[in-house]
Amino acid sequence: MTRFLFRRLAILLPTLLFVSIIIFGLQQLLPGDPAIAMAGEERDPETIAQIREKYHLNKPIHERYLIWIGGVLQGDFGESIRIQLPVSQLLVEKLPVTIELAVLSMLVALGIGLPAGMISALYNGRWPDYVANVVGLWGLSTPNFWLGIMMILLFSVELGWLPASGYVSPLEDPIGNLESMIMPAFVLGTGIAAVMMRHTRSAMLQVLSSDYIRTARAKGLREKVVIGKHALRNAAVPVITLGALEFGQLLSGAVLTEQIFSIPGFGKLIVDAVFNRDYAVVQGVVLCTATAYIVLNLLADIAYFLVNPRLRA
Amino acid sequence: MFRHAIYAAPKALFLAALLMAAAPGVMSSASAQTLKFGLAEDPDALDPTLARTFVGRVVFSALCDKLVDISPDLKVVPQLATEWSWSADNKSLTFKLRPGVTFHDGEKFDAEAVKYNIERHKTMQGSQRRGELSAVTSVDVVDPLTVRLNTAAPFAPLLATLTDRAGMMISPKAGQALGDKFATAPVCAGPFKFVERVAQDRIVVEKFDGYWNKANIHFQRIEFRPFIDATVRLANLRSGQLDILERLAATDAPGVQKDAKLKLGSITEIGYYGITINIGKSDKAKTSALGSNAKIREAFELSLDRNGINKVVFDGLATPGNQWVAPNSPYYAKSSPIPKRDVAKAKALLKEAGNPNPVVNLVTPTTTDARNIAQVVQAMAKDAGFDVRIQATEFATSLNMADKGDFEAYILAWSGRPDPDGNLYSFHGCKQPLNYSGLCNPALDEILNDSRLTTDMAQRQAAWNKAAAIVVAERPIIYLLHRKWLWAYGNKLQGFKEYPDGLIRFAGMKLG
Repeated sequence: MTRFLFRRLAILLPTLLFVSIIIFGLQQLLPGDPAIAMAGEERDPETIAQIREKYHLNKPIHERYLIWIGGVLQGDFGESIRIQLPVSQLLVEKLPVTIELAVLSMLVALGIGLPAGMISALYNGRWPDYVANVVGLWGLSTPNFWLGIMMILLFSVELGWLPASGYVSPLEDPIGNLESMIMPAFVLGTGIAAVMMRHTRSAMLQVLSSDYIRTARAKGLREKVVIGKHALRNAAVPVITLGALEFGQLLSGAVLTEQIFSIPGFGKLIVDAVFNRDYAVVQGVVLCTATAYIVLNLLADIAYFLVNPRLRA
Repeated sequence: MFRHAIYAAPKALFLAALLMAAAPGVMSSASAQTLKFGLAEDPDALDPTLARTFVGRVVFSALCDKLVDISPDLKVVPQLATEWSWSADNKSLTFKLRPGVTFHDGEKFDAEAVKYNIERHKTMQGSQRRGELSAVTSVDVVDPLTVRLNTAAPFAPLLATLTDRAGMMISPKAGQALGDKFATAPVCAGPFKFVERVAQDRIVVEKFDGYWNKANIHFQRIEFRPFIDATVRLANLRSGQLDILERLAATDAPGVQKDAKLKLGSITEIGYYGITINIGKSDKAKTSALGSNAKIREAFELSLDRNGINKVVFDGLATPGNQWVAPNSPYYAKSSPIPKRDVAKAKALLKEAGNPNPVVNLVTPTTTDARNIAQVVQAMAKDAGFDVRIQATEFATSLNMADKGDFEAYILAWSGRPDPDGNLYSFHGCKQPLNYSGLCNPALDEILNDSRLTTDMAQRQAAWNKAAAIVVAERPIIYLLHRKWLWAYGNKLQGFKEYPDGLIRFAGMKLG
C-alpha cells in the first residue's frame, strides 16, 4: 500500500507539469487576440500595444510559459486581464463554492442513485425496476438548463419558497446558503444520479449472478448479509470509479447550472475567461481542476484497496 | 385541490430537508433602502481608466461622478463641473468646478484632481481612455476651482467625451496609493461608495454621506448582481430577488407590460446594428462581389426590409435606421432617408453588374441578436438573388477577423456615444482603428475633420449631412437599426428615468 501510494505520488508532479504545458499550449491555439479582445470598443492601437507589453503577450510562447509556470511555483497565478484581480484570489473565492456545490450534488446523486440502482437490480424485471429505470431515463434525458429554469419558476416565482438564484456564503447565513444551493445541487445531482443508478444496477446484477453469491446463499447466509457484505462491496468498485470521475467533473465547474442559478463557481469563471481571452484565469482554473482530478483518481485507487481485499495482496 | 396536493407534498419535503421553519430569510434579507440591481454581465475592472465594458459603466453611475453628464435629450449638463466655455479659437475648454465636493476618502475635489485624472487617463499603462483624450495636450490649473483642457487643434467632441468614463474623477490619493490595483477598492466622488466585490457574484456600494447631492439619494445600499441569462434575470425580478434589471430581452417586454407588478422602461439607444462591408481593408475586398462593386452593395441594401428585421428579431421594439444615429435623433441627416425595400430594382442592379447571384460570406458574432439578424438578412437577400453564407464566429475571434480584414461582410453592434462624432469618425475616417470597411474617401475625411473644428452645432450638423450623403452612397456600413434599452422594474421603484446612453441616474430614485 505504502509503495503503491509512493509510486502514485511520484508521478503526480510530472503529470501536473505535462498538464500545465498542454493547458498553456492549447490555449495559444484559440483564435482571437487577447489584446484586441481587451482593448475595449475603441481599440486604440497604442492601448493594444501596452496590453501586449503588460501581459507579456509580445514575448515568444516558451518565454511566456516560463514566466507563468515560474509564478505558479511561487503561488502567483498571474492577474486577470479582465477584472484586474489576482487569479489566486479568484481561485480562493470560487473554489469553496464549487466544492460545496460538488459535494451537495454528489450527496443528491448518491442518495438517489445508489438505492435506486440497488432496488432496480434486486427487483430485476419487476415493477420497482421499471419505475427506477423510467426515473433514471428521465434524469438522463432532462437538460440541466430546462430543469433549472422550471424549478426557478415553480419554487421561486410561483411559490416563493426559495431564492431564484444567487449565492449566500455559509459563514454569513447557513440557512440562506442551503436555500441558495438546494436547487442547483438537485439539478446537477439528478443527472449524475441517473448515471449512477444505471451503473449500480448493472454492477449489482453482474455480482448477484456470480458463483460466490450463490455459494453464500447456499451456505444459508441471511439475504441482508449477502447483499450488504458480499454483493454491494464488489459492486462498489465501478461505482467508485464513476463517482470519482463525476466528482472531478463537478469540480471543473458546472457551466450551465452555475449560470442559471448565478452560483459564482469555476464554471462561470472559466467561460467568461475563455470568451474574453483572459489567459491567466483559464490556466489557473484548468490547472486547479486538473490537480483535483488527479488527486480524486488517487483517492479512488485508495478506495479500491479498501473495498477490494484482492488488490491488497 | 389537486394543485394544492401537488404543491404541499414537495413543500413538506423541502422544509424538512432544510430544517427551517418557514423560509423567513428569503424575502426579509433586503431592507427597503437596499436596491437590488440585476446586471446582464459581470463588470470588468472598476477603474474608469482601465474599464471597457458597458456593464461596468452601469456600476460607475453609482460610484463615480463625471465632470459633465448628458440629459435624456443628449444635451450636456453639469455634474462635477457647473459651467464651461470654449476659448475663441476652440483650442481650450475651461471648466468651473462645483465647490465643496469631496471624494469618498474625504479628499477634496479640485482643479488639481482634474489634472491628475486627465493625465492618468492619458498616460497609465493599458489606459482605455488614451484614444478618447488624445486631442488633449495639456491641463492647466487656473485656480482651485477652475481647470482648462488645451488641445493642439479644435476638437469639438471633447466636451461630450467627458460625459463618460474619460470625465470620471477618482481620488488622486487613492489612485496614487493603489496604482493599477485601484479597481480593487475604487474611490470616486459619486453618490455611493464601494463596499465589496465578489467577482461574478455581487458588487455592493453604500450611500456616501459626503455626496454633494445627497438629498436626492434615497437608497442606503445598492447590490449589483450579474445574471447572464435573460430569463433567469427576469425570474429573479418576478420572485422579488431584484428591484430592477437592465437589458430585458425584447421578447420578454410584452410579458412585463402585462404584469401588474412590473413596469417597463425603454428608450432608443445611441448605438446601432449594421453590416460592415470590406471595401478596402484587405485584398479580400477585391475578390468579393460586395466589396468590389458599388452596384452590388446597393442591390444588397435594397433587398433588405429593415422593418421586417425589426419585427422578427426585436419584436418590433427597435428603430430601423440607415445612419450612425437613429432617425429620431436630433443629429439625423434628414437629407438621406431610409431606402425602401425594392427587390425588383435590386435584381436589375445585379443584372447590370453582370452578377445575378452574388455570393456573400457574412460573418456574425454568435450572440442571439446578431445571428438572428444574419438569418433574416440571408432570407431577404435571397429574394434578390444573393447567396448569403453565414459564418457564425465567437465574438473575440470575429473582432480579430475584422481587424485583419479577413471578412466580406460583418454584422457588428456599436454601443454609441452621445456626440455623433463618436459613432462616425473612427469608423469612416481614413486608417482609423475601427474603420473595418477600409473606406478612405478624401472628401469624407475632410468633412469629418471639419466637423471637429467648430463647436457650432448648426455647422457640425451641416457637415454630418454631407458625410451622410457619402456614407449612404458608398455603403461601408449598411446601418440596419437601433435597439431599445429595456429595463424592467418592480412597482415599488419610483423616479426611474430612461437615458439614451443606457446608464442609470440614481438621484431621485426610491423604493416607495
